[in-house]
Amino acid sequence: MRTAFWLVGATALALATPAMAADSIKIGFVSTFSGPTAVIGNDMRNSFELALDHLGRKMGGKPVEVIYEDDGQKPDVGKQKTEKLVQSDKVDFIVGYIWSNVLLASLKSAVDSQTFLISANAGPSQLAGELCSPYVFSTSWQNDQTPEAMGLYMNQKGIKSVFLIGPNYAAGKDMLAGVKSTFKGQVVGEEYTVWPSQLDFSAELSKARASKADAIFVFYPGAAGVQFLNQYVQAGLKQQIPLYTAFTIDELSLPLQKENALGIPGAQEWVNDLPNEENKRFVADYRKKYPGLRPTFYGAQSYDAAHLINSAVVAVKGDSSKKDAMKAEMEKANFKSVRGPFKYGKNHIPIQSFYLQDVVKDANGELSLKTVATIVENSQDRFHDKCPMK
Amino acid sequence: MLLVVEQFLNGLQFGLLLFLLAAGLTLVFGIMDFVNLAHGSLYMMGAYFAATFVAWTGNFVLGIILALGATLLLGIALEFVALRHLYGRDHLDHVLATFGLILFFNDAVRLIWGPAGLALPLPAWLTVPIAILPGIYYPAYRLAIIVVALVVALMLYVVVMRTRLGMLIRAGASNREMIGALGINIKLLYTLVFGLGAALAGLAGLMQAPILTVQIGMGENILILAFVIIVIGGIGSIRGAFLAAIFVGMIDTLGRAFLPDLLRQMLSSTAASTAAPALSSMLIYLLMAIVLVLRPEGLFPANRR
Repeated sequence: MRTAFWLVGATALALATPAMAADSIKIGFVSTFSGPTAVIGNDMRNSFELALDHLGRKMGGKPVEVIYEDDGQKPDVGKQKTEKLVQSDKVDFIVGYIWSNVLLASLKSAVDSQTFLISANAGPSQLAGELCSPYVFSTSWQNDQTPEAMGLYMNQKGIKSVFLIGPNYAAGKDMLAGVKSTFKGQVVGEEYTVWPSQLDFSAELSKARASKADAIFVFYPGAAGVQFLNQYVQAGLKQQIPLYTAFTIDELSLPLQKENALGIPGAQEWVNDLPNEENKRFVADYRKKYPGLRPTFYGAQSYDAAHLINSAVVAVKGDSSKKDAMKAEMEKANFKSVRGPFKYGKNHIPIQSFYLQDVVKDANGELSLKTVATIVENSQDRFHDKCPMK
Repeated sequence: MLLVVEQFLNGLQFGLLLFLLAAGLTLVFGIMDFVNLAHGSLYMMGAYFAATFVAWTGNFVLGIILALGATLLLGIALEFVALRHLYGRDHLDHVLATFGLILFFNDAVRLIWGPAGLALPLPAWLTVPIAILPGIYYPAYRLAIIVVALVVALMLYVVVMRTRLGMLIRAGASNREMIGALGINIKLLYTLVFGLGAALAGLAGLMQAPILTVQIGMGENILILAFVIIVIGGIGSIRGAFLAAIFVGMIDTLGRAFLPDLLRQMLSSTAASTAAPALSSMLIYLLMAIVLVLRPEGLFPANRR
């Protein structure tokens, strides 16, 4: 009797699920939820969930269903998870991707199935150039853009020579290339470290010191940024050679970097104190919903991704089969971004401003990131000419 | 020239740190014939204990001593509760069980300390660089690691080569059945050896913690290097582990430091900077392969004396 009861229940559920799915907007979310960089994935998920709360958990009148998948920071796993979302979950959108190498491995599966992919962080140069696709949008940047802004700032500071250090993977190469494209002085050294396993930078720091450069530029996202900064300070280099960064100091790494990060500049397209209304609401509600945590740029980009998708779904009144109409709507970037208004280039990469951020003690004596100046406005990536899309 | 001296020190420091990790591993593997994949978890626990106790007591040295004691106790408890029942089994069973322990420890840490990781800040007297020779500055903390590790290596040598306990340990490495037959309490010896190994791993972890961050899974990458070292050095041999660890530390650091420049003279600059990190991380494994071909027992096998 009992068995029969369960069977009936299970059958009812099995029948009910597909019927519900057709009436909902399905979103797959691929990010890193395990290992040392899981904190980044958590921040992205938190922000995405907050955006859904703000949207009433509905888009175009339909309930939203999100499936979170963990890529473990590994390209092969990211590809498998993307294939699973496309083929068996049949999602309407895939969002996320912290790591450029994971995104590059996963890209083809999404594009071939004509599923919209919104990168909320990774921006490999290939994605902006020859691999651009009508189905791929970014709510972040192309990797080179942020370090390009830093290169411009170093020119303003009158720096004549720089030593570059970064991880040896897709994004690391883009980042160092980005600085080199705008920095007018001399590049006296360029070191790539094994990613993500190498955490000891003593050899590279010794070489930087021996190079007698005016400045060091680094790109180390996640926990590696903490490790690099610790070792930079312990080596006594903070008094010798100033450090310029991209994606190395953020709200996740700052509580671990502490005073070591004070006064070290970085470039970013979003800072927590940007004065627009959407951003104030995002930051305040985030801190209310997740006590003890602060949102990062990873989160801001994920929050924007939810709103970008919402704009498309609303435009087609919830009919997610109208892909052309959704694409046309997303190309307008017709939503209120927490970084302020931006436009899309024809390769679906934002044309946007980059700010100089600094680490300061706020009114409560806590370390926080602060906008100091706008380095560049309407920055467009260098690869859009290579994109065949019109 | 100054750069070469500095890079040698970097290599020495890394090698000595690896030695602390490998010494515990080789003792446990050599004497107890037990494959302990969870050695990296003890390294991680040492770092977490240190971060907690230092924050709690407000004193760096006291916190570290407490953390060492805690890791020792944890090692003994682990041996008593779980590992003791696996000694008679196959190596594959050891691997399976200790791999399970890695997952257990990672999730336990996530539950207790959260996923974000901890910082272990250094006291001010350890954060200044020291002039070791005119014009050569070296971080005080890395020098401290070199000194502590050398002292520990010396103490291990004295204990293993000059005391009764050490005699038993060496005897155990040579022939387990025989020392059991001679009436030695082998169970107690195993528990002690495992606890010692755990404390050494914890020491390595907590000394590495201020340089890196204290985070989940921090012991997993470095454990691979420790296994490479005990294979090169000869399983069960402290002396072999010491020399192999210095060797591996030097090759790794000097490879990273000088290989890119060497390659740049032969290849284009971009090709060289891409190929160099890949090549230098391969060097260690090349060394292991060569040692395995020429001396399958390792450079200094324990039971051939």
